[in-house]
Amino acid sequence: MENSPTSRGRFGDFGGQYIPETLMNAVIELEEAYDHWKDDPQFVAELDDLYRNYAGRPSLLYYAENMTRDLGGAKVYLKREDLNHTGAHKINNALGQALLAKYMSKTRLIAETGAGQHGVATATVAALMGMECVVYMGVKDMERQALNVYRMRLLGAEVRGVASGTGTLKDAVSEAMREWTSRIDDTHYLIGSTMGPHPFPTIVRDFQAVISAEAREQILAAEGKLPDAVIACVGGGSNAMGSFYHFIPDEGVRLIGCEAAGRGIDTWETAATLNTGSVGIFHGMKSYFCQDSYGQIAPVYSISAGLDYPGVGPEHAMLHDSGRAEYVAITDDEAVDAFEYLSRTEGVIPAIESAHAVAYAMRLAPTMTPDQTIIVTLSGRGDKDVAAIARYRGEDLHD
Amino acid sequence: MTRIKNAFTAADGSRKKAFIPFITCGDPTVGTTEKAILAMVAAGADLVEIGIPFSDPTAEGPVIQEANIRALAGGVTTDDAFDLVARLREDGVEIPLVFMTYANVVYSYGVGRFAARGAQVGLDGVILPDVPFEEKAEFDEPLAAAGLELVSLIAPTSHDRVRQIAAASKGFVYCVSSLGVTGVRTNITTDIGAMVELVREATDVPCAVGFGISTPEQAAAMAAKSDGAIVGSAIVRILAEHGEDTMPYVEEYVRAMAQATHAA
Repeated sequence: MENSPTSRGRFGDFGGQYIPETLMNAVIELEEAYDHWKDDPQFVAELDDLYRNYAGRPSLLYYAENMTRDLGGAKVYLKREDLNHTGAHKINNALGQALLAKYMSKTRLIAETGAGQHGVATATVAALMGMECVVYMGVKDMERQALNVYRMRLLGAEVRGVASGTGTLKDAVSEAMREWTSRIDDTHYLIGSTMGPHPFPTIVRDFQAVISAEAREQILAAEGKLPDAVIACVGGGSNAMGSFYHFIPDEGVRLIGCEAAGRGIDTWETAATLNTGSVGIFHGMKSYFCQDSYGQIAPVYSISAGLDYPGVGPEHAMLHDSGRAEYVAITDDEAVDAFEYLSRTEGVIPAIESAHAVAYAMRLAPTMTPDQTIIVTLSGRGDKDVAAIARYRGEDLHD
Repeated sequence: MTRIKNAFTAADGSRKKAFIPFITCGDPTVGTTEKAILAMVAAGADLVEIGIPFSDPTAEGPVIQEANIRALAGGVTTDDAFDLVARLREDGVEIPLVFMTYANVVYSYGVGRFAARGAQVGLDGVILPDVPFEEKAEFDEPLAAAGLELVSLIAPTSHDRVRQIAAASKGFVYCVSSLGVTGVRTNITTDIGAMVELVREATDVPCAVGFGISTPEQAAAMAAKSDGAIVGSAIVRILAEHGEDTMPYVEEYVRAMAQATHAA
């Protein structure tokens, strides 16, 4: 079946703008503003200054020597997005979109959040730029990421719990979209991942592409050659899209996205969209979704609130179908093992989301040779997950 | 004349105000939905919107969200909704029946297959609140090929888009009265008259107003400025309150609303 010829923002068959008419002028206005400002010298300089002097960019490309020695194969480098201000890659996009919103004279930001990292990043930039901020978060996620809820409130944001559906990220996105239809004039919806209606998947990818722009330079400086593989975790897919983007033309570089298999892709308790889902239309985009045969969106599961989403960004859907990127599934057990492994081996506690990427690197590196290199994006730090991992291991520790 | 156009046309050929109730298929059972629609028809409904439930209805307020949850919990499927329309036609219902659902429900069924099955059972049109003008050809072309009309929506934020949307509209234009999601509102502040004027400059397709309408006074006021009034949440709330025993309440409510609309 053909997409409509008037449709905008396509990645192959995927993407588009499947949203209520009420929001159409808002996304058109956003696209026009983005096209106008993205290459404007003042906008670029201001964002670059924020990246350097507020977020702490460039982030390190760290050679994980202990891990490399222990795994006995390819050299493993970690792209340390966990060292950014607020502790994750989410700040890259939050700063970019908030600055754009400011240039558009918006005074209020709304956002959805899963693990809370995007909510914290949005609350942070709202505080910095003097904007009002409301974050939607599933009630189940508020419980498993209680620390981040308090951080957002500390930063001056209002956190609204979403009890509908599964009380997770999907429902937070739905509720933020509903809220946006009721208040558009002064409000920018700061979507946290490479998803939703056009132009969001492109805007978020562009702001996150700083990850691969830096990593490409850094690895060339360190090794004098491109990496053999780039590995990142995929929920909606923003850190992975950012990690892949500048390597896409480099055909020798394997791009590997790690989805959350939850309790396994052969169970219902999974969030591995590209591994188990089918093409559909939801949250403004045509892409892959976990759904039943009637198109009802599935109640997905992962230990990681940030990957617990039944869809994936449209550009990943395209990269999946074209074969340019590979998408593997990592179970809760593997991710928790990797979480503990990286903590002990390198003294780096990764976010449970990022631990999915670490887990695959642990599987892949031993199959490769010492002259080969892997870049693993550590999208965030794991402080927020410590209590949940303790509970997973049977210790009754609460935030 | 299509059945939808007929619903907006009086016996003498002049334009008539239409009252359009909405109901979620399978809330709480398909049997209840069938009886409720028969009650609505008896009470003077001119067209009925039947919601095929979706797990994540992003354009709906809490009342219709909950109806979707109840219906899906009862196991209702897209095929059940088609079967319902077939039975309503067997029951002798002659007014137009349209589905209101989300893009993914139609896409996952296969748009061509959905259109063919709709035509077979006597469906007249489809409303997809998450399919704007730019994305509509993908749905409109297969539906039109089967003789079904895809209803276009305009919103208070549409401004310069109204003319383009209206000029390409079919069936009727669904004029969204307010910002936000579906649900009962005390006041409707949008200048509906101005929106309808813009539609009429571009097309003679009828234009009905929905979102937020619950009282006969509101229905009359909206219908006076347009070609009809659409009511969803208020009816769903009656069903939620009375369950299987709801028919007399639905009939009484729809009768009052239809009378107020027709007299506008």
